[in-house]
Amino acid sequence: MSFQGKKNNPRVTSDKLIIKGGKIVNDDQSFYADIYMEDGTIKQIGENLIVPTGVKTVDAYGHIVIPGGIDVNTCLQAPHQGMTPADDFYHGTRAALAGGTTMIIDHVVPEAGTSLLAAYDQWRDTADNRSCCDYSLHIDITRWHDGLFEELEHLVKDKGVNSFLIFMAYKDKYQSSDTQIYEMFSAMRELGAIAQVHAENGDIIEEEQKNLLDLGITGPEGHVLSHPEEVETEAVYRAITIAKQANCPLYITKVMSKPAADVIAKARKKGMVIYGEPIAASLGTDGSHYWSKNWEKAAAFVMSPPLSPDTSTPDYLSSLLSCGDLQVTASAHCTFTTAQKAVGKDNFTLIPEGTNGIEERMSIVWDKAVATGKMDENDFVAVTSTNAAKIFNLYPRKGRIAVGSDADIVVWNTKETKTFSAKSHNLTVEMNIFEGMECRGFPVVVISQGRIVLEDGNLNVTEGSGRFIPRKAYPDFVYKRIKARGRMADARGVPRGNYDGPVHDVISMTKSVPATPTTRGPSCPGKTPLGPARNLHQSGFTLSGTQMDDHIPRRTSQKIVAPPGGRSNISSLS
Amino acid sequence: MSDCRRQWNREDELPVYLAKPIATGPNQRQKSHGMFSSVEGAYDNKTIDFDQYAVGRKGNRSSRSSSRERIVDGDFEDYEISGGTISSPGERDDGRPGVEITDQAEKECRYEQNNGKSERLLIKGGRVVNDDQSLYADVYVEDGIIKQVGENLIVPGGIKVIEANGCMVIPGGIDVNTCLHKSYLGTPPVDDFYQGTKAALAGGTTMIIDHVTPQPGDSLLEAFEKWQEAADKKSCCDYSLHVDIPHWHEGVKEELEQLVQEKGINSFQVYMAYKGLFQMPDSQLYEAFSFLKEQGAVVLVHAENGDLIAQEQSKILGMGITGPEGHPLSRPEELEAEAVFRAITLGNRVNCPVYITKVMSKSAADTVTNARKKGSVVFGEPITASIATDGSHYWSKNWVKAAAHVISPPLSPDPTTPDHLHSLLACGDLQVVGSGHCAYSTSQKAIGKDNFTLIPEGTNGVEERMGFVWDKAVAMGKMDENQFVAVTSTNAAKIFNLYPRKGRIAVGSDADIVIWDPDKIKTITTKAQQSALEYNIFEGMECRGGPVYVVSQGRIVFEEGKLQVQQGTGRFISRKPFPDIAYQRIKYRNKVMSKQGVSRGMYDGPVYDIPATPKYITPAPSAKTSPTTHQPPPIRNLHQSNFSLSGAQIDDNIPRRSGHRIVAPPGGRSNITSLG
Repeated sequence: MSFQGKKNNPRVTSDKLIIKGGKIVNDDQSFYADIYMEDGTIKQIGENLIVPTGVKTVDAYGHIVIPGGIDVNTCLQAPHQGMTPADDFYHGTRAALAGGTTMIIDHVVPEAGTSLLAAYDQWRDTADNRSCCDYSLHIDITRWHDGLFEELEHLVKDKGVNSFLIFMAYKDKYQSSDTQIYEMFSAMRELGAIAQVHAENGDIIEEEQKNLLDLGITGPEGHVLSHPEEVETEAVYRAITIAKQANCPLYITKVMSKPAADVIAKARKKGMVIYGEPIAASLGTDGSHYWSKNWEKAAAFVMSPPLSPDTSTPDYLSSLLSCGDLQVTASAHCTFTTAQKAVGKDNFTLIPEGTNGIEERMSIVWDKAVATGKMDENDFVAVTSTNAAKIFNLYPRKGRIAVGSDADIVVWNTKETKTFSAKSHNLTVEMNIFEGMECRGFPVVVISQGRIVLEDGNLNVTEGSGRFIPRKAYPDFVYKRIKARGRMADARGVPRGNYDGPVHDVISMTKSVPATPTTRGPSCPGKTPLGPARNLHQSGFTLSGTQMDDHIPRRTSQKIVAPPGGRSNISSLS
Repeated sequence: MSDCRRQWNREDELPVYLAKPIATGPNQRQKSHGMFSSVEGAYDNKTIDFDQYAVGRKGNRSSRSSSRERIVDGDFEDYEISGGTISSPGERDDGRPGVEITDQAEKECRYEQNNGKSERLLIKGGRVVNDDQSLYADVYVEDGIIKQVGENLIVPGGIKVIEANGCMVIPGGIDVNTCLHKSYLGTPPVDDFYQGTKAALAGGTTMIIDHVTPQPGDSLLEAFEKWQEAADKKSCCDYSLHVDIPHWHEGVKEELEQLVQEKGINSFQVYMAYKGLFQMPDSQLYEAFSFLKEQGAVVLVHAENGDLIAQEQSKILGMGITGPEGHPLSRPEELEAEAVFRAITLGNRVNCPVYITKVMSKSAADTVTNARKKGSVVFGEPITASIATDGSHYWSKNWVKAAAHVISPPLSPDPTTPDHLHSLLACGDLQVVGSGHCAYSTSQKAIGKDNFTLIPEGTNGVEERMGFVWDKAVAMGKMDENQFVAVTSTNAAKIFNLYPRKGRIAVGSDADIVIWDPDKIKTITTKAQQSALEYNIFEGMECRGGPVYVVSQGRIVFEEGKLQVQQGTGRFISRKPFPDIAYQRIKYRNKVMSKQGVSRGMYDGPVYDIPATPKYITPAPSAKTSPTTHQPPPIRNLHQSNFSLSGAQIDDNIPRRSGHRIVAPPGGRSNITSLG
């Protein structure tokens, strides 16, 4: 197990393994069976399997055997103000494996305005060299312009990326306007990709930040005060509205508050194709710690959207997760050391955002939802692995224990407890936001690509062994309904005769026929108009005050366009 | 309707104390008095010549809808004709004798027109309905003010008496949303302040609040003055003005402050729609809300997501749909609900009262309702069109009909919408009924005959408003008469700080009173309406309930189906900021919601040394989001780009910690990080 893989070497593919005596739990059913795997793939499932001799046996008696977790939201590489996260692909995936997660999907965050493809290559390069488990990539669209469509197309068709993140927050940095979001949604629908949204109203946040700094609040509590729940809720609502218009599937990353989750649940009830992702932090802890007297601790919780100060939030989110209103759990793992966080010691807006959670995610879900009786073990598999695999088109290769699936398997101890602490975790950061939390349920054995990486508490990972898993466009789970709706939703006009009644004579005809920018055309609301562009030929007339003849009905001034042959017009129909 | 007949002409039926207390012969009255000053000869026995004020356009006025209220007095018929023969609106000269209606000795008494304002009136035998209670009482009016309310009033003799005979006596309606002077492409609407207020009075509305709609770049003050001038000249009833803010910039603040402090405006409209014209992005809305809150003004919001509308419009035009059905197709109700939700969120964040104009759909109304349940200070205003008809007409084969319904937000194609809105009005979740009256003629609408986005937006409704609320809500048993008064008048008066001067029948209030007959049935037709429109969107609808008499400023202006108005009599009613109903809660919340930081020691641990210059503190102006304009390639700081934007580095795989500079204070790290 201590094989140090280099990129060029053939991987150890002769690992043959049999897991005996465990209860296999998929998202649809549980049953007792043994699993035999070879070459990183599950070959046989059943009882009394006929297997070659000399195969290593994993004893799973008394435990459940589940598909390895998939963490769909990590940032192990994205720099923040020039600071790279403390946990990079190596440390991050190592911690993931230690927690029972055998695949991650990381966010590629290009600098605004730079090429998405270049950033993608950069991420691939790093991850191929460093990652210890399989991975895939989301691309964040930090600035939208029309030329980007080709890059998206290229990424979807040739690079195996089918999900893109859009920001509604981070004003003047990453934030997109509604128009841009609509265009991006339309583009993604066309390409069969999934639109992910970081949903917070950046305009309001910026104003609130200014206010708070003016009030002299500079500590981490300013972060949560400037990112209130409502702002998250509003953006979720808006994102849903836009997605409905564009008929695009929507995935809300980081659902952190009760009202935001409610909005998603309601939209689903109305038939929207929308998915919500609470994260380890929002399920495991709450935002009361922002008021901690210990700056280091308070700063460690800083992330966007922030944890809700409402202490009933974790309970509520786990309930929605149990009933299927929310579908996926992720970690949004993005850690910075205390020294990095301390960049914002005098100004909370400068604190790099991100919390840990990649290692604790599965245990937290088990402890909060399964151990409390909210969901069963099958739901547990669904929210930690299967749903994510379905949404992002990895199913059934990932997210299921079945013949032919990848041998990413976790033997899960459901009975004993484990305590999280910064002292014992596999991360490089000094703080753990779940410090001291006791969780029932943890992995005993973790198998990634058919190799045992965790056994008896010993982690044996191989840097660079992780493969990039390409994902195809148009995942069925998401797009079947969208396609059908696309066919149905065609609006149709009413066939009428031509209107042939009188038409008011607009003084300057140029204004009415093609919509000039002054009246309807697009212009930029964000900028100060350079004085409205007024047509000087007409302004003397149109905008002047009351006229002498204002009280005379206007009909006299009309030009009646009467066709020859009288007015056999349509205005008298029906 | 025999219970409503008037009997005041019969001298012999007057009570003894009213009969001829003074009979000093003819006396001329002067017009030089101020509105509220005591009028010479005020205690003289007199009555008014209403027919002198009648302003029917044509003879058809006299027969209109009044047939059920015949006057029993034989001698009345003598002068009934005069109302019908008055030629045309706005052309009457002062001092035209007309026919005197006097039952007393002063047959020759001549009225100057303006003296009509000091008319004294007694409304007898009606049930006074306010928003909180109903009671049987008489109402005595003098000098345009209600002087006494009660039974067995002691009033001067010889005054005019209206026998209400059990009809309801309600405060005159207040229509808070009209656009009577809003030009479209340089052409004014067909209903100007004269036509519009005439229609309002005919429908029982005695006050309007009109929208001042300057174009972007215009001065708000100038626009306000323009509107005020037009209205002062033409308005037949009291009016006030909202000012729309077409564009937010620093300079506008001064004007707003002046409008609030000196001009008596306490409500301003902002737009979330009309992209490229009036639309404001969220950050401007936030600033506008913050500023208006400081001023104590009510923020009116036109709530629709303009960005998405622009997208949908171009999509639908691209599909070849050019008719009016494109209007609702490009403005689905989700976009309205979304914007309402956003406006409320902004209002909550700023802690500012928000008033949603034109609530047109169920989902928007529900959004308002839910927000109120969570404690937001938000008010919702459905309009006549949304409570009386629906958007199915956009698909009419008749272009004229379809185009007449064009309004923004559009009428919802869901036919259950009016019902739903009535229910919410009845339970108080929506508060005010406006009309959104903005009348453009068919030929004006036809400007957009080949492109629905050019159809000028607006429907009629100022005249029909009160009737439909009664017909659809009260007559159906959804709401009671007190709530009827609340939604048509009192709530509006409270929100816009006119209360109790308007919106209530009480001693000291303005004498804007309507005698309302709940059983009067009227069919809405273009022929019978006051508006100058050729097409009434309510054409053919039957409506129970309507005014029998309308008293505005103490003068009877509508009686027996005849209007007797005079243009220019309307006064501008100035409104003070900080209306209690909106701002009391806000003030308390301000005190409670003040944010406090945590007092900590200084962080004295290690601080990461950021290699490049901070980008976050001063974002480059180029990054400012401008939704539509094509983004120029970002301006990159060449001094730093080499470092921050380059690809994978050789040392990427080394943990970053080695790159820190640890700032350790001398004396070791006796820091605060080990506290609690």
